[in-house]
Amino acid sequence: MKLAELASLIRSKNAGPFILTFDIMFPDDESYLHVKHSGLLTVVRFAELFRCQEKHVQFFECDNARAFKFSMPRPIVQGNLGDGDMHGGQQFIPLMDIEIP
Amino acid sequence: MDEIRYVAASGALGVGVDAEALDKSLDFRPHFIASDAGTTDAGPFALGSGTAAFPREAVKRDLTRVLVASRKANIPALIGSAGTAGGDPHVEWVLDIAREIAQENALSLRTAVIRSEQNPDYLLGLYREGRVRALDPAPQLDDTVFARSARIVGMMGVEPLQEALDAGADFVLAGRCSDPALFAALPIMRGFPQGLAWHAGKVTECGTMACEGPHGGVITATVRQHEVILRPVGEGLGCTPQSVAAHSLYENAHPYLHKECSGTLDLTQSKYTAIDDVSVRITGSEFIPSNDYTVKLEGAELVGFQSIMIGGIRDPFILRRLDQWLSEVKTYIYGAVERVLSLRPPDWTLTVHVYGRNAVMGALEPYTSAIPHEVGIVVETTAATQELATKAAQLSRQPFLHHGVPEWTSGTTSFACLHNPAHINRGAVYRFNLNHVAVPRTKTEMFRTEFVHLGRAPR
Repeated sequence: MKLAELASLIRSKNAGPFILTFDIMFPDDESYLHVKHSGLLTVVRFAELFRCQEKHVQFFECDNARAFKFSMPRPIVQGNLGDGDMHGGQQFIPLMDIEIP
Repeated sequence: MDEIRYVAASGALGVGVDAEALDKSLDFRPHFIASDAGTTDAGPFALGSGTAAFPREAVKRDLTRVLVASRKANIPALIGSAGTAGGDPHVEWVLDIAREIAQENALSLRTAVIRSEQNPDYLLGLYREGRVRALDPAPQLDDTVFARSARIVGMMGVEPLQEALDAGADFVLAGRCSDPALFAALPIMRGFPQGLAWHAGKVTECGTMACEGPHGGVITATVRQHEVILRPVGEGLGCTPQSVAAHSLYENAHPYLHKECSGTLDLTQSKYTAIDDVSVRITGSEFIPSNDYTVKLEGAELVGFQSIMIGGIRDPFILRRLDQWLSEVKTYIYGAVERVLSLRPPDWTLTVHVYGRNAVMGALEPYTSAIPHEVGIVVETTAATQELATKAAQLSRQPFLHHGVPEWTSGTTSFACLHNPAHINRGAVYRFNLNHVAVPRTKTEMFRTEFVHLGRAPR
């Protein structure tokens, strides 16, 4: 299954003007733990999908929120010339297609 | 005093305050009402230009509801990050609205106005003493950044708010302010644990966003020595342990650690339990005081002035080799602007956003191989003056219209302009230029409090 079919919410957002943060949330413990135990959400995978260096990626497994979080520096600072997503809200798409067996 | 109760009226003043829910929340006998009014989320323009992101009427409507409710209950009202960016013009703008509200509603408000805009020379002094530190990631800093900024604000913590409350303010109107600080100020002042007070503020600063259910309503918090109770007021709204836990992720790079002026809120050990269908108890949140008192700086500087041109391309012969075609058009435009205006990059900038292809994700776009049947194009020309930006946009139109398509013999018009004139003048464009903290010599020197009286004379 694709991650988008298991998650109840996948979103991206500015965490201030310089950082993008990504949240992946689940409707129940079962789906959250299934993805967690798959071991497929990793810093390496995220860095590959978002073309950034692994050392710049932060990754958190938040059990009490049934959520995963990634954060990375914005490729273009919010509002600088060339930035096409002022609120950072449409950057999560590559996460949707991650295959979770 | 065994607890502090409060109401968070709105996630952002100007977006809406649910008047019915706010009125009903007064039954809960709150000790104060507060609402955040600012954010950097809209972009650098508000800070740079000194204007707000919401219309005056919307802010007036919301602030009226907050001030009338607070006077009805005879409790203080706190508004932070006034006018979106919390600079001096933003504070003046909201103060003027509040003055009007006080007169129209026969309110009497002893008002503490706390300004947080920073003097560039003062900041340069701190910088030279090594008292300005970069966060990660941060733009390159040098000693010209302060003077060339259009505006810089410092984000206040609880201390200036507490001084204002202690001096008996009915209404605290704060410039740029940590969102949770608005809510944590009074509980901390009354001796409640900092971890719980800050965490309550963190959850409630976005209004009912930490709840499940429809939009609207207000959220209330009760801060005690060993717990915080969160409870929304509004039809169909409820907090659940998961909704509250999940909210601490929102717009934060780190889910558990949140830096404030005086230390770090640590949610690693926080526990969330349901009390009933709509209320949640938080325990275990900690606050780790820092050795240095640090104030986050936000700055915006002028990039230039901008014009844009919007249009579309439908011709499949162009679309199948779009990058090449755009590159040729850009080269032609750079040449034309240099010949006519004697301008070369970086003295002007040409930016092209291709909707239908990668305008939204830019370099991060994973799907670039498919050939779209149509693309929308936004051309931005940015230069030191509006006149030059406009002229560069005018010089961009003909190359987009008539650049050749080898598959056709000649004389094609390839760009479907949306408007006449094709360009739109956008005015000033700003950028954020600081992701730094200042280490002031004293906790209060960066913020200036003035007491003013609004409305009818005090009895």
